[in-house]
Amino acid sequence: MGLTGLLGAVFNLDHVGKYIHWGFIQLSVSNAIVIGLMIVTFISALFLPFPGRRNRKEGK
Amino acid sequence: MSTEIDRQWTTRLRKTVVEKLPPDKLLPDTQPAYVASWIYVFGVTTLAALAIVILTGCVLAMKGPLWWHLSGTGHFVNSLHLWSVEIFFFAMVIHLWGKYFMAAWRGGRQLTWVTGVVLFLTSVGAGFTGYVSQTNYDSQWISTQAKDGINATGGGAIFNVLNLGQMLMWHIVLLPLAAVALTAVHVIYVRIKGVVPPFEEVK
Ligand code: HEM
Repeated sequence: MGLTGLLGAVFNLDHVGKYIHWGFIQLSVSNAIVIGLMIVTFISALFLPFPGRRNRKEGK
Repeated sequence: MSTEIDRQWTTRLRKTVVEKLPPDKLLPDTQPAYVASWIYVFGVTTLAALAIVILTGCVLAMKGPLWWHLSGTGHFVNSLHLWSVEIFFFAMVIHLWGKYFMAAWRGGRQLTWVTGVVLFLTSVGAGFTGYVSQTNYDSQWISTQAKDGINATGGGAIFNVLNLGQMLMWHIVLLPLAAVALTAVHVIYVRIKGVVPPFEEVK
């Protein structure tokens, strides 16, 4: 089984896409997951310490 | 007193360029302390993803559709192209959010923001024309759905999504040229103006 086969065993994609309906908003679960990941990445980028920051001279 | 040499367009252009963007501003040695944050990484991430998209796109263009549909290597390069696009949009939108919340258009940086907005629209167009240029059932489905939307606006007369030749040309010539040129202008504006200071630093 190749890599695609392995991934296919984990994620069964052989069905009609799942959708979220919320009023006039309609989006696929896959897109909702990506948007969620983007929000998580955005917030992490604001709060995670940036490597090497301490070594830098203040105001430089 | 201006000599004849001073009036030459080459001399004038060089003077303007060097004055607006001296080499140490174009490629600086240091950055202000506030730039040491992950939120500033997403512009370069977008840039790197764009480079891979263009590079893999060139390989796909050299080999053609039969190769990317039928061979293993072709599938692989096709996937690199697609997934770099995914990273490109992912990073670009986080970049956009960051710049929006820090109001990075402050201090005469409005053209950086505006070129960004046009880049976003150009990229959506490039993504769309890419999807309809795949030459598979997916692209047939997408283009037959999209034609109704575009025809409803009247735009179908000049932009026919069922015309594969036209869509492919937009995807591999016009929109990449526009995206690369705009990106260059965008990044050069950032270098001319320097990175925008956070609100606290301005007060
Ligand atoms: C092809 C897509 C894009 C690329 C390659 C790109 C690249 C970059 C890079 C490398 C920087 C400097 C580093 C940084 O601050 O992250 C930057 C800054 C900036 N970008 Fe983008 N960008 C893109 C799209 C956008 C979009 C969609 C917007 C907003 C609509 C935007 C708004 C800005 C602004 C306002 C700055 C200036 C920040 C400052 O002066 O401090 N960019 N961009």
